[in-house]
Amino acid sequence: MYQYDQYDQKMVDTRVEEFRDQVKRRLAGDLTEDQFKPLRLMNGLYLQLHAYMLRVAVPYGTLSSKQMRMLAHIARKYDRDYGHFTTRQNIQYNWIKLEDAPDILADLASVEMHAIQTSGNCIRNISSDQFAGATADEIADPRPWAEILRQWSSFHPEFSYLPRKFKFAVIASDTDRAAMRLHDIGIQLVHNDAGELGAKFFVGGGMGRTPMIAPEIRDFVPADELISYAEACLRVYNRYGRRDNKYKARIKILVHELGQEEYTRQVEEEFAHMKQLGLNPPVEELARITQYFQDPPFDKQASVDIDLSDPDFALWVDQNISAHKQPGYAIATISLKPRGGIPGDASSAQIDLMADLAEQYSFDELRVTHSQNIVLPHVKKSDLYAIWQRLDEAGLAPANLDLITDSIACPGLDYCSLANARSIPLAQKISERFADLGRQRELGELKLKISGCINACGHHHAGHIGILGVDRKGTENYQLLLGGSGAEDASLAKITGPGFTEDGVIDAIETVTDLYLEQREEGERFIDTYRRVGMARFKEAIYG
Amino acid sequence: MNILTGNDLKTGDVIWWTGLDWSRFVKDATDVGDKGEAILHREEAARRVNSPYIISAEQTDDGPRPGHIKDRVRALGPTVRPDLTLKPADPSAGEWVI
Repeated sequence: MYQYDQYDQKMVDTRVEEFRDQVKRRLAGDLTEDQFKPLRLMNGLYLQLHAYMLRVAVPYGTLSSKQMRMLAHIARKYDRDYGHFTTRQNIQYNWIKLEDAPDILADLASVEMHAIQTSGNCIRNISSDQFAGATADEIADPRPWAEILRQWSSFHPEFSYLPRKFKFAVIASDTDRAAMRLHDIGIQLVHNDAGELGAKFFVGGGMGRTPMIAPEIRDFVPADELISYAEACLRVYNRYGRRDNKYKARIKILVHELGQEEYTRQVEEEFAHMKQLGLNPPVEELARITQYFQDPPFDKQASVDIDLSDPDFALWVDQNISAHKQPGYAIATISLKPRGGIPGDASSAQIDLMADLAEQYSFDELRVTHSQNIVLPHVKKSDLYAIWQRLDEAGLAPANLDLITDSIACPGLDYCSLANARSIPLAQKISERFADLGRQRELGELKLKISGCINACGHHHAGHIGILGVDRKGTENYQLLLGGSGAEDASLAKITGPGFTEDGVIDAIETVTDLYLEQREEGERFIDTYRRVGMARFKEAIYG
Repeated sequence: MNILTGNDLKTGDVIWWTGLDWSRFVKDATDVGDKGEAILHREEAARRVNSPYIISAEQTDDGPRPGHIKDRVRALGPTVRPDLTLKPADPSAGEWVI
């Protein structure tokens, strides 16, 4: 894992003290809320429905045990004993007191963490593949590049006041576990014909009220020019992105309105100009950062066998364990979607337990996934049973990864001031309705994603089944969408038709899953059957 | 009826104007008629409330009930965590929101 150098630490510590002074001035009345609001937002502090909410950055979803324990400590000491892992691989606390915020940021800084750029029209937390550095299907580890992007984008003076917020994702395999093409810029590390490492750039994706899949604008940028190319993409956006209408201010609108060809032409022009300036990061700095992401000392003799005699454990292994690049090791995903639970929520005790397990069994490392789960990336197969037993005791062993109850849900109207409808109760009810694990497994991979408003924090556009909560004359109403995907087969879901009540939309989900079981052909997932059969057949089943 | 709500500056707690002070309980809220704007400007300037606004509510036997579900969620707490609401001992409290 990357470790702060003196500059990183100084920047974060200085920011804490700056914010401490700003809070003091706000409480003393020297700053109005209008003056203070942009300052607190720059430090990830929102005012939500019930209290202040603090969003803490987890760079590319990677945490050490020490950092994870600090997250538990903050939940216990300053919040109400739990945290909420988000679809941006971050964590949010819902019950923060303003007067505590500087101390929380100081605690975070003590473990090389912060909440900077988790709000505002700047470059947000860089997201990545939660299996980075562990999976066999990647061509390189994307984390060094995510870290370089983090350093480049932190306090970048030119990009601190963009037309709108800006999100990057970096992956390094053809399997997309990070919804890469639904980001403002998606980067996929690739090799060219000569075997050199570089990056494919996708620009102009996103969800929200105008969902778009990012088109590929360049098939290969040499690795050492990656930052300069990203800078060129941002410069064109910063120059021409709309600032008069926040709903048309994202880069996807610019790319769409200019046209992919013209946008790309301008980026290439800017890139050519930048190349003359010699602004690529120094090779020594790339090497310094990369050295933090070397493989841990794997046991080359680790057994490849797993004793599956416990049937519940065997189910968990079958569902939640993924192949690791190192024989004898596995990637374990801890589902934060217990039956009837709140997606992404974990108590301080659960967070501590996951930290302990990472320290004992996973080279001190954890990952947060955009699906609101936690990953132990490097686990010996022979340790899986011991891990599972401890997870099971703590309610952290649902064997439902990528099944219908492994849903994404935004905080919705229970917490969020932007929401129009509650999303968590729906996730809970669906979790109850489809609780039977045999039935879930019969349905197979099924990505269910729920948003409580058009901003789409619950990624409903990218759900095989998506749900969008709307406000219909003061009453919650839910639109059903089908056919989305955030994976390498990215697609945008389409609305089936008129909306439903809360119970009505769950009935409709049951209808479409029944139709899938009836219509599917050998080996087809729900999304495959939907794509083959088409919306009309599903609409007919739902609405008659 | 019109009532005033906002958040406590220090704690962020949802609060309601009682006519004399601010309360965490919506049942204490009072009808401000057409004086809401003046009160909220005065109270915000005095830092007794953060981001206040006026909402319409219905007077019921249990006190004012905000007209919009968002403010009813604010008044009670998250419906998905009854233990964290202002009525943790009342399992049916969430029904008031809907």
